[in-house]
Amino acid sequence: MKKPQLSSKHVPLAITVLLFVVLFTAGAVKYPAFLSMQVFFNLFIDNAYLIILAIGMTFVLVIGGIDLSVGSVLCLVCMASAHLVENKGMNPYAVMVLMVLIGAVYGLIQGSLIQFFKMQPFIVTLAGLFFGRGAAAWISIETINITNKTYNDIAHYRVHLWGDNFISIGAVIALVVLVLAIYIAHYTKFGRSAYAIGGNESSAMLMGLPVARTKVLVYTLSGVCSALAGIVFSFYMLSGYSLHGQGMELDAIASAVIGGTLLTGGVGYVIGSLFGALTQGIIQNLIMFDGTLNSWWTKIVIAALLCVFIIIQRLLVARRDSQKAKGNVKTAL
Amino acid sequence: MHDRLKLITKSKLFWPLMILVLMIIFNIIFVDDFLSIEFKDGHLFGRIIDIINRAAPLMLLAMGMTLVIATGGVDLSVGSTAAISGALVCSLIGGNFDGTVQNPFIIAIIAALFVSILAGAWNGFLVGKLGIQPVVATLILYVAGRGIAQLITGGQIITVYYKPYAYLGGFAPGIPIPFSIIIAAVVLVIVLLALKKTALGLFIESVGVNSVASRFTGISVVKIKFLVYAFSGLCAGIAGLIISSMIRAADANNAGLMSEMDAILAVAIGGTSMAGGRFSLGASMIGALIVQSITTTLYAVGVSAQVLPLIKAIVVIAICFVQSEELRHKLSGIFSKIGGARNEKATVKL
Repeated sequence: MKKPQLSSKHVPLAITVLLFVVLFTAGAVKYPAFLSMQVFFNLFIDNAYLIILAIGMTFVLVIGGIDLSVGSVLCLVCMASAHLVENKGMNPYAVMVLMVLIGAVYGLIQGSLIQFFKMQPFIVTLAGLFFGRGAAAWISIETINITNKTYNDIAHYRVHLWGDNFISIGAVIALVVLVLAIYIAHYTKFGRSAYAIGGNESSAMLMGLPVARTKVLVYTLSGVCSALAGIVFSFYMLSGYSLHGQGMELDAIASAVIGGTLLTGGVGYVIGSLFGALTQGIIQNLIMFDGTLNSWWTKIVIAALLCVFIIIQRLLVARRDSQKAKGNVKTAL
Repeated sequence: MHDRLKLITKSKLFWPLMILVLMIIFNIIFVDDFLSIEFKDGHLFGRIIDIINRAAPLMLLAMGMTLVIATGGVDLSVGSTAAISGALVCSLIGGNFDGTVQNPFIIAIIAALFVSILAGAWNGFLVGKLGIQPVVATLILYVAGRGIAQLITGGQIITVYYKPYAYLGGFAPGIPIPFSIIIAAVVLVIVLLALKKTALGLFIESVGVNSVASRFTGISVVKIKFLVYAFSGLCAGIAGLIISSMIRAADANNAGLMSEMDAILAVAIGGTSMAGGRFSLGASMIGALIVQSITTTLYAVGVSAQVLPLIKAIVVIAICFVQSEELRHKLSGIFSKIGGARNEKATVKL
């Protein structure tokens, strides 16, 4: 009889869901105000951009790459939309479409440099990080506030759920992206190719999968996600500033890793990244509810959490490898 | 004669030196008083001296980064480590208005450097022992490091009034050249001796070229990686001291901000491959001088500090582009086609 067993692939995800529940309960026990549906929905509202970034990052990590440019693309998109809407008087919807295109081109260029010129992903996307920040500062060093009516209407619109609870348009966009991403990852050829490439690139190539196209498209997808996150962030902040989203690349990577995506590629769940992002949101909430802690603690706690999860991953992979080795010995005997 | 020319152009130092010479010529033509050096109060002043002084912390960062990149890794946390080191030394010396110290100067320095080595060793542990990708392992400190620096300073900018502290990033009495460059030179000489007089340099290169093969030949890959990251931490710590000494204050947010990009740029200009393997510390030092003169030149022509990363990012990509094997293959393919066509024409003529 086979015992129901948790596959080592699912362990990090299970830990994350558990951690999320534990943190939420801890918050509810300590602060009575924590235990309301709206606090839960606020997690989606306050972290919509992070959820979108983490989804894009998940795909990049699954193919065994990395994208350090996501935070600065978000910042550039915020800045550029603020500039175009406020100073140039462009139509807000046209600006949003343009921003998604910019994100796609950004990702496409990075992906092409990585794939066709065999440059390391980190150096290309690190350059992308600095390029985005520099470009945002080039548009304006000062903060540009968005006073445009359309933007403000979207920012303040409440999508009512049952009771008095609501979520923002940004959260709705995040959820739509989430559903689309789950579909792409598990039910399309592109998604399965991405997993295959992360598992073993040479095998994927020998199987005749379109490795080059998939990799470039994954970086493009990450660029699009960053741009979407940037648009959501511009609803959330209603301003463009060249220091927006600093260090957000780590938050996105942390979300994906905490959600069970392996840094070595091949394994990862989009839904896990959602929990990764929400867990970070809860930590931020707890630190805010406490009130006495410096906001810098958020970054330190998240970095520490990332560390713990990476180490768990290493241990799991090491155990799996040793089990495989044992299995091989058995079959050989 | 031809062979000698080939030997010179093939040297690792040739191209970086050529770029530096071009930069200097550009500056002599377009920047006023570039060459003038004054001798005031026993110290030298001038644009060139200024560039060298400001390049010193970058040279230190580039030293650590060169060795890390040579093993096939990268250290993104150098800027944050520099901020931690600056924050610690300033908070230990304290901001007494009368210029007295709360703790002895030397203890503050030792503590700051110790913590910097610790930060580097932590990276080394994650990369070497646990086998985590260098980018992610060092990204943790890249983000958390500034938080730690903030906690050390309590979110304040601590200004130090203790006089000798300013010597580190400026001039010490009785020495005409900036003290910072002396520190960088001393560290460089020690490292060069360690690399050339022992097999360490060879080990580092071999780990970068093929870490599995190195392990089979008996090199302790874990130890080597641990060592280079710890050294990178130390370099970042010393650079942090110099940077904070220059402004006589600890600024947890801005000290060494984006300096990791400068360090990587310096190494890339020096011709060390981002994939690891062959490296040249000397070329990286020239790379650091080039990066600093680019920065100073851009300031001189009126580019704002925040826009600089944009230009540097383009330069890094351009250098990697030129270094890329794929590009060479593609270009040589095109050239051989053109060459082939020419040969055909020649045969037709015959």
